[in-house]
Amino acid sequence: MARVLVILAHPALERSRVNRRLAAEAREVAGVTFHDLYEAYPDFDVDVRREQQLLGGHDVAVLQHPFYWYSTPALVKQWEDLVLEHGWAYGTGGTALRGKWWLSALTTGGRESAYRPDGLNRFTIRQLLAPLEQTARLCGMEFLPPFVVHGTHRLEPADIDEAARQYRLGLEAIRDERLDLEAARLHPYLNTHLDAIVRPPSPDDAR
Amino acid sequence: MHAEGFFAQAFVYLLAAVVAVPVAKRLGLGSVLGYLLAGAAIGPFGLGLVGEEGQDIMRFAEFGVVMMLFLVGLELEPTLLWRLRAPILGLGGLQVGVTAGAVAGLAVAMGLDWRAGVAVGLTLAMSSTAIVLQSLDERGVLGTSGGQSAFAVLLFQDLAVIPILAVFPLLAPAGAATAAAGEAHGTTWVGDLPGWAHTLAVAATVGAVVLAGRVLVRPAFRAIARTRLRELFTAAALLLVIATALLMTKVGLSPALGTFLAGVVLANSEYRHELESDIGPFKGLLLGLFFISVGASIDFALVASRPILVAALVAALVVLKFAVLAGLGALFRLGTDQNLLFSFALAQVGEFAFVLLSFASQQGVLASSVAAPLVAVVALSMAATPLLLLVNERLVQPRVGTPARADRAADAIDEQHPVIVAGFGRFGHIVGRLLRASGVGTTVLDIDSDRVDLLRRMGLKVFYGDASRADLLRSAGAEKARLLVLALDSPEKTLELVRLARHEFPNLHILARAADRQDAYELLEAGVTHVYRETLDSSLRMGVDALRLLGFRGYHAHRAARTFLRHDEESVRLMTGMRGDRAQYINVARQRIVDLERILLADLEEKSLDRDAGWDVESLREDARRGGVAPVALPGPGTNDRSGA
Repeated sequence: MARVLVILAHPALERSRVNRRLAAEAREVAGVTFHDLYEAYPDFDVDVRREQQLLGGHDVAVLQHPFYWYSTPALVKQWEDLVLEHGWAYGTGGTALRGKWWLSALTTGGRESAYRPDGLNRFTIRQLLAPLEQTARLCGMEFLPPFVVHGTHRLEPADIDEAARQYRLGLEAIRDERLDLEAARLHPYLNTHLDAIVRPPSPDDAR
Repeated sequence: MHAEGFFAQAFVYLLAAVVAVPVAKRLGLGSVLGYLLAGAAIGPFGLGLVGEEGQDIMRFAEFGVVMMLFLVGLELEPTLLWRLRAPILGLGGLQVGVTAGAVAGLAVAMGLDWRAGVAVGLTLAMSSTAIVLQSLDERGVLGTSGGQSAFAVLLFQDLAVIPILAVFPLLAPAGAATAAAGEAHGTTWVGDLPGWAHTLAVAATVGAVVLAGRVLVRPAFRAIARTRLRELFTAAALLLVIATALLMTKVGLSPALGTFLAGVVLANSEYRHELESDIGPFKGLLLGLFFISVGASIDFALVASRPILVAALVAALVVLKFAVLAGLGALFRLGTDQNLLFSFALAQVGEFAFVLLSFASQQGVLASSVAAPLVAVVALSMAATPLLLLVNERLVQPRVGTPARADRAADAIDEQHPVIVAGFGRFGHIVGRLLRASGVGTTVLDIDSDRVDLLRRMGLKVFYGDASRADLLRSAGAEKARLLVLALDSPEKTLELVRLARHEFPNLHILARAADRQDAYELLEAGVTHVYRETLDSSLRMGVDALRLLGFRGYHAHRAARTFLRHDEESVRLMTGMRGDRAQYINVARQRIVDLERILLADLEEKSLDRDAGWDVESLREDARRGGVAPVALPGPGTNDRSGA
């Protein structure tokens, strides 16, 4: 059993469709700690000690957010700047996060085809996520292929249901340590190749 | 008086107070009436337990008045006087003038000499500061326009006593003063002087007291304060009071007036709060003693022998004063409710009347055959005040005043709002406006009828009355609402309401306004989780701006304030648990000082408000100097340096 922490960062969750649904799904996964960043720090007054305790107490950090301007909502940056302290997360003595996993779970308005060298956004999601990936790396963390939901504006209810189902499957697999890290490293996204990355639950895994 | 006798008497007084006051409060009569009843019960005309000689009671009463007036004087803030100057001079001046004139006219018509008539008129124009302020404060209506008007009139009366006392000797028939004063105080220095010289002596003494207060007392107190012996300070305060009282007695003036004056002089001094907190613990007890002695001084034999005359006098006096007050209230444009409150509250005769009556007797202005029944009349009118206020609240106001709930148009749906805001003053209205602007329906409870009328005109759902009444809360929808926002001015009312709401309406989530830390402790102890100290946030904002003006970067100042706020909130919660029995600490002012000291010490231990190590590049530089141990990249220009220098 891995201890999973889902950190949600959405400044206007009440107007969101997909993220709200994903968040609701994550909340229901047993054994997952759910942490709503904008709800906890509406004034950006991040409690560094509390956040470090949360991170330290879990094996996997899932950062769920909408993809704003090719990056995270502003509070996540504030959170990174303050929480990932030198001497705690990296640098001399900074080993608190070493060996833990990082999963970015994000939603974009643009379709997958827009995030290609010939597309509107010119860069792939993986390229654009380089800062986060390197942040995780500097902290000694494994950066898992991200969980990405594209084209949120056009999703039908059934599509959202499917995204939520995949999110739950992914979280449960990570929790139950059924995720094949070697296989995961071969794929750009977690959710497009879920079957290849995740072992189905076997009777042995029954709790 | 030997020790046993003293103990016995003290025992009787204290027992009477301890028994009668809670009973009276329980019956909704207020503490003042409780003390009066206690006094009547143990007095010479009740059980006869105390004051067989009469002198003892008068000595007690005198000292109670003396101490009370010192504190009244001490609490007279010059700025407050200035702010209320129009109502004080206009409303107060007219009230004293018109009432005194009317009463004097009646007295002369009943056969008194005109000089005695004027003395009686001025005496009976007074209202009871102690009773009225306490009663209005207990009801939480001191801040309303009626309450403020009453306060202004009382202030004028307090001030008017000084010239009235100075004028009384002039009203004495020639020769009367000398004999009477000599009789009362065998050793006055001015007993042999003619009236005009006496007045001059009084003026000179008053001047001397003011001058001494300005010039002598402050350095003396400063020296005493340096000894850091609190009891010495208390002793000095008492010495000051007694010395002034003695001096005034020597020139044939009331000692009460003298100490009042001393209080006023010291109201400006830096020792005012210390004096208040030192004498504070005595204040309640002495006031109680004063009211007990008033109760005991009612001459029930006289009342019994001429009951109709006394009753008629009390009734006539109250009606007359009420009529004058109501007329003036209308003239000064008080709303119906506020005018009723104002007029009912001030319709009695006050404790100053006892002072003035005894002084007038000493000066020979009034014969004791006139003064004695008047003492009974005054005492009875004071005793009637709580009853009059009850009559106003229960019978008069509900019929002619602003109704407790607004008459809605027949077709309007009685919608249920999720939030009840109790108190829509300077604090509550901001909460209410934010909620309304966010589309949240709020039901307002308020005790200020002027405000209620206004809010109703603006279309708000407003209930009028004391929010700590369960029935009013219930009709405001407390059973179905989700939040109760307590934004009342009075901390006592807030606590009362918290207890009521937690008991009767456990569904309500309470958010409470606290005046200060002390309040916050009590609310937290009462089980409220959302407590807001009313000046905390704006003080911090001011602190932030102060830092910025000194050149601190805006975000640094802001973060420092946030950190401070969190530490402070944590320490409030922590200290709430630690207080334990100290919550029962009688001397609140001293408790505040103790608390402040602890807070300041804790601040010293807190090394720095700068906890944002994430933005601190010092340790990064350290790493870089040592050759770098970061696994991937050294911080440096143009790299992925997350410290970004």
